[in-house]
Amino acid sequence: MILPFLIIIPLLAAFLITLISGEKDNWAIVLSILAVISLLALSIFSFFTTGNDTFIYEMSGWKIPLTICLVQDAFSTFMLVIVNLIALTSLMFSVSYIKHYSGTWKYYALFMLMITGMNGVIATGDIFNLFVFMEIALFSAYALVAFGGKAEEYEAAFKYAIMGSISSTLILMGIGILYATTSTLTMANIAAILPTKDPRIMYWVGAIFLAGFGLKSAVMPFHAWLPDAHSSAPAPISAMLSGVLIKALGIYVIIRFFFNVLGAPQIFLTLFMILGSISIIVASYLALGQWDLKRLLAYSSISQIGFILLGLGIGTKLAILGAVFHIFNHAIFKSLLFYNSGSVEMALGTRDLRKMGNLKDAMPVTSTTSMIASLSVAGLPPFNGFFSKLIIIIAAVQASHVGYAIIAVIGSLLTLAYFMKVQRYGFRGNDIIEKPEVSISTGMKSAMIILAILCIVSSALIIPGIREVTLDPVVSVIMNKTGYIYEVLGR
Amino acid sequence: MKQTEGMTLIVKTVTRISVWMILLYGLYIILHGHISPGGGFAGGVIIALAFLNVMLAYGRGFIKRWVNIGFLHDIESSSAALFLAMGILGMAVGGGFLANFISHGKLFHLLSAGTIPILNIVIAAKVSMGLFVVVWTLSVFHLDKGGKK
Repeated sequence: MILPFLIIIPLLAAFLITLISGEKDNWAIVLSILAVISLLALSIFSFFTTGNDTFIYEMSGWKIPLTICLVQDAFSTFMLVIVNLIALTSLMFSVSYIKHYSGTWKYYALFMLMITGMNGVIATGDIFNLFVFMEIALFSAYALVAFGGKAEEYEAAFKYAIMGSISSTLILMGIGILYATTSTLTMANIAAILPTKDPRIMYWVGAIFLAGFGLKSAVMPFHAWLPDAHSSAPAPISAMLSGVLIKALGIYVIIRFFFNVLGAPQIFLTLFMILGSISIIVASYLALGQWDLKRLLAYSSISQIGFILLGLGIGTKLAILGAVFHIFNHAIFKSLLFYNSGSVEMALGTRDLRKMGNLKDAMPVTSTTSMIASLSVAGLPPFNGFFSKLIIIIAAVQASHVGYAIIAVIGSLLTLAYFMKVQRYGFRGNDIIEKPEVSISTGMKSAMIILAILCIVSSALIIPGIREVTLDPVVSVIMNKTGYIYEVLGR
Repeated sequence: MKQTEGMTLIVKTVTRISVWMILLYGLYIILHGHISPGGGFAGGVIIALAFLNVMLAYGRGFIKRWVNIGFLHDIESSSAALFLAMGILGMAVGGGFLANFISHGKLFHLLSAGTIPILNIVIAAKVSMGLFVVVWTLSVFHLDKGGKK
């Protein structure tokens, strides 16, 4: 009974904001913060009450093949916690960051719609419903990327919109093929009926969906829109896009579809490994050459998505654990790094690493949290990124994919290299920067501090006692593969 | 002859007569949504087109005096909220989000199908006002030659 509220609350907040909020009042901020706090509370509550169970919510009181159903299991509630956690910190950061734009209430309304879309994609068990929510999230993301109203922002949003539309068309085509073949749109029913049909259909649909959702999650051959879109958006939106949007719309759906609906055929797992390792290496090299901090972070996102995909492709229980853990970790440290870049941009007015300097005295919170985040993403102990990468590498060795393990190690080292560059030039450079006139507000600082603490604390998720109640249920949902059919349909 | 805003007298006269018919047809499509093809979206588009007709024939200035754009915007936002309220009401009364909790009545009667006609009307308000405000915004944007300063 909780899941529909995770969609209703942000939707209602978005509509109320457009209705009652204006230029001069703070209703938009109050409403959206209230909505996101309640969403976070609800999603954490549902995560810890779900455990290994699966709950179904059937819309309109109809029964499953006819209705849209929402599926609440460990994996969907886990993703909901990530989305709403990052959304809360992003809003805290937004309040003072976007003050200088005009029409800020529109920003909050679009933000709420984006959360609606992501929560909907995660919660739904119906593949066309998933498409609709995906479009809601994407359209608000296009508008938010262009929110600043500068020429390059429009260009990035336009590029994003075109690439997004191409991938959506591919996905719609795949859904059409599935519907024509199985006469149902409920994912569990599709999973049950598809094996009785011609196996070529499964490969076709899988290929189309891999391209479509690959574009959404920006794995390497499909990545061209991401560096523009994620570096042009306002910093809190970059954090949402890089931290959770590419995971909710891309990786989550890939896992749900290829593991729970198709039952993880080996050919696609091999493709995941290949695409993942291309992303890791090539994106790391591209990131190494960037001087624009946000662009560097955007390329780094592609490379980290590569790690997640590599873990999924290896497909053993340990590797999936690593991938799921890395989804969580990447959301946290990448959002934090985008907040850092946002506050530096706000204070110094530049994103160019060469124009920054030693920010240790000028911006102590930003510089300290950026150090923590950089070490996490580079994979140094005791930060969370170390453990997830280590698990993926160990899993690759155990599954005798030594080549992929070496690629992952090289990728980690390259990540360390380009984040050393960020620290060396951007935050701990030679020029001492005077205290800037623009001060970083408490909301922004606390958003950064919360995520920096989580960077360290979430390493504890790997301790066996804690892992059994947090990550293990998620892994077992994914490893259960087409057991999803039984969980949802109850037969 | 003095140049006035909008199109010629012929267009204006035809629009003045036809716009009410278009609106009526739109309402017909909306209200019969549950018993014949059409419904809230199609009817809403027709209503938006009636407004656009007036805008094309009489010009932007006339529309600005004729209707309050802010009010149309409010109708649009509140209709979306109303749709959601119907959904939540279904949850509270009928046992599922958007459940049809009103008596379904007799098949093919105008007053039948429970909540569906109400939802059609709400959707029509959302679609018609949304579409009209979108086109209005585009035309205003064109006037500025380049958006925000």
